[in-house]
Amino acid sequence: MDNPGQQLLSAREVDTKIHRLAWQILEDHPRDPFVLIGIHKRGVPLARRLAKVLESERPDVRTGSLDITLYRDDPASVEIASVLGTSDIPFNLNGLLVVLVDDVLYTGRTIRAAIDALIDFGRPSKIELACLVDRGHRELPIQPDYCGMTRVTGPGEYLRLLLREEDGQDGLFLVKSKSDPVTGTSA
Amino acid sequence: MKPRKDLLDIESLTNEEIDHVLANSKPFKDLIRRSVKKVPPLRGRHVLTLFYEPSTRTRSSFEIAAKRLSADVTNFTVSTSSVVKGETIIDTIDTLQAMQVDYIIVRHSSSGVPNLIARHSDASIINAGDGNHAHPTQGLLDAFTMKEVCGDLAGRRVVIVGDVLHSRVARSTSTILRKLGLQVAFFGPGPLIPDNRHADIRGFSTFEEVFDWKPDVIYLLRIQMERQRDQFFPSLHEYHRIYGVTKERLRTIRERGIYIMHPGPVNRGVELVDDVMTYEKTLINQQVENGIATRMAVLHWLQPRTTVREMD
Repeated sequence: MDNPGQQLLSAREVDTKIHRLAWQILEDHPRDPFVLIGIHKRGVPLARRLAKVLESERPDVRTGSLDITLYRDDPASVEIASVLGTSDIPFNLNGLLVVLVDDVLYTGRTIRAAIDALIDFGRPSKIELACLVDRGHRELPIQPDYCGMTRVTGPGEYLRLLLREEDGQDGLFLVKSKSDPVTGTSA
Repeated sequence: MKPRKDLLDIESLTNEEIDHVLANSKPFKDLIRRSVKKVPPLRGRHVLTLFYEPSTRTRSSFEIAAKRLSADVTNFTVSTSSVVKGETIIDTIDTLQAMQVDYIIVRHSSSGVPNLIARHSDASIINAGDGNHAHPTQGLLDAFTMKEVCGDLAGRRVVIVGDVLHSRVARSTSTILRKLGLQVAFFGPGPLIPDNRHADIRGFSTFEEVFDWKPDVIYLLRIQMERQRDQFFPSLHEYHRIYGVTKERLRTIRERGIYIMHPGPVNRGVELVDDVMTYEKTLINQQVENGIATRMAVLHWLQPRTTVREMD
C-alpha cells in the first residue's frame, strides 16, 4: 500500500483492542443472546473477529453484514458511480439484540444510515454500537456503546484502520491529506 | 467512472459501464427476499414513463423498479394525452421539462426518438425500445440472467432465433453479448436475417445446424404479428415447424442441458410448445424478475442534470 502514514497502533495493539471490545460486549450481556452486524466494508471482518474472540464463551454468536450505500444522506458523487456491496443477514432480526460494528466512528451519518437500513430488515429489540476508534466531530446525536480508543483528528487528518482480511495487514494509521484517502471527499 | 445522463443504446456503453450495472443488479435482486423491498436512494425524484407504443410488461417493470427506489412515478399515456391532438414530440418534451421530472422512460415506434428527447431535456432518458433500433435494458437483463446461470460468459454460445431483422431486442442483446466475449449466431427465415451483420455472427438455416454448433443458450424472439406488414414466411404453422421449439426438439435441448430464453410475451404454438414453459432450464420467468433488478441498477446509476445542478 502507498504511504500508510504515521502508525498509531501496531498489529498486536489492534488485536488487543479487538479482544477488549469483545469482552466488553460480553460483560454487558452475560446472559442475553446478541448478534454482530458489521457495516461494509471493514466493519464486516471486524464483526467476524469479535465473534471469533467470543467463540469459547458464545460459540453460537451470529454475524451479518450491512451495506448502507442506498441509505446515505449525502448526494451521490457526480464523479463516481457508487458500487453497491452486499447486505447479508441470514436470520430474522425481529426481537434480537443487535450490536452494529464499525471501524472508525466519525460524523455519525454512516450509523444513522445503518440504523435505517437495519430497521428495513426487521425490528430488533435493541441496537448498540461498537467501534474500534472514535475520531470525534459528530454531526448527529450518536455515541458508541463500546469503543476501542478515541483519537480526535485535526484539520486535514484522517484515520485508516487496516485489517488483514481487506488490506493484508493490521494497523491503525494517521494520514495527512487534502482529501479523505478512503472516500475521496474533501475535508 | 462518471455516471452517465442517459441510456440510449448498448453500442455506446463501455465494458466498465456494463460490468458496473450487472454488478449492482445483484444486490438489487437480493432486496426481493426482504420484507421491506423499498430502498430510499431516489426519494423525492420523479420518474415519468412516456410510452408511444403499447407495452404492459416493460412499463410495469420500470414502474416497479422506480417505486422500489422510492421515486414517484407518473405514467404518461399517449392515447389520453395531447399527442392525439397533434402536439409534436418537442412540444411534449418542453411541457415535461416544465414539470421538472428527473427521469423519462421512453418507448416509440420510430428509431432515434429517445436520442432526440435526450438532447432537449435535463432529465435522464432511458430508452425502453425505439423502432428497430435498441432496447438496452433488455440487453442488460439478458446478460445478467446468462451470468447468473453460466457464471463466466466468455466463449459461451448463444443462438438468436426468429425475426432478427426487425428486432431491437436482437440488436441490443447480440451487441452486449459480443461485447462480453460470447459467440452469437442467428437462425431464422432468410429474409429476416440481416445480411449486413457482423462478420463473426454466424447464420444458420436449419435447427440441425444450430444443434451441431452446440449452443449454451437458445434465445427465441417473439414473432411480432403487429409489425409484419410483408409476408416473410408462409404461415405460423410453417414457422413453428421449421424455427419453433417443438416437442421433439425440446427432447434434444433437455438432453444437452441447453437454456431457453425469450423476451416475452410468448406465442405458444409458434416460437415454442407449452412444455417449454415448464422445462427446468427455461429462463423466461427469471428474465422478468431480473428485469426489475437491472432497471433499478440503471436508474440508480444514471445522473439527471436536474440533480447535478442541485449539488453545484
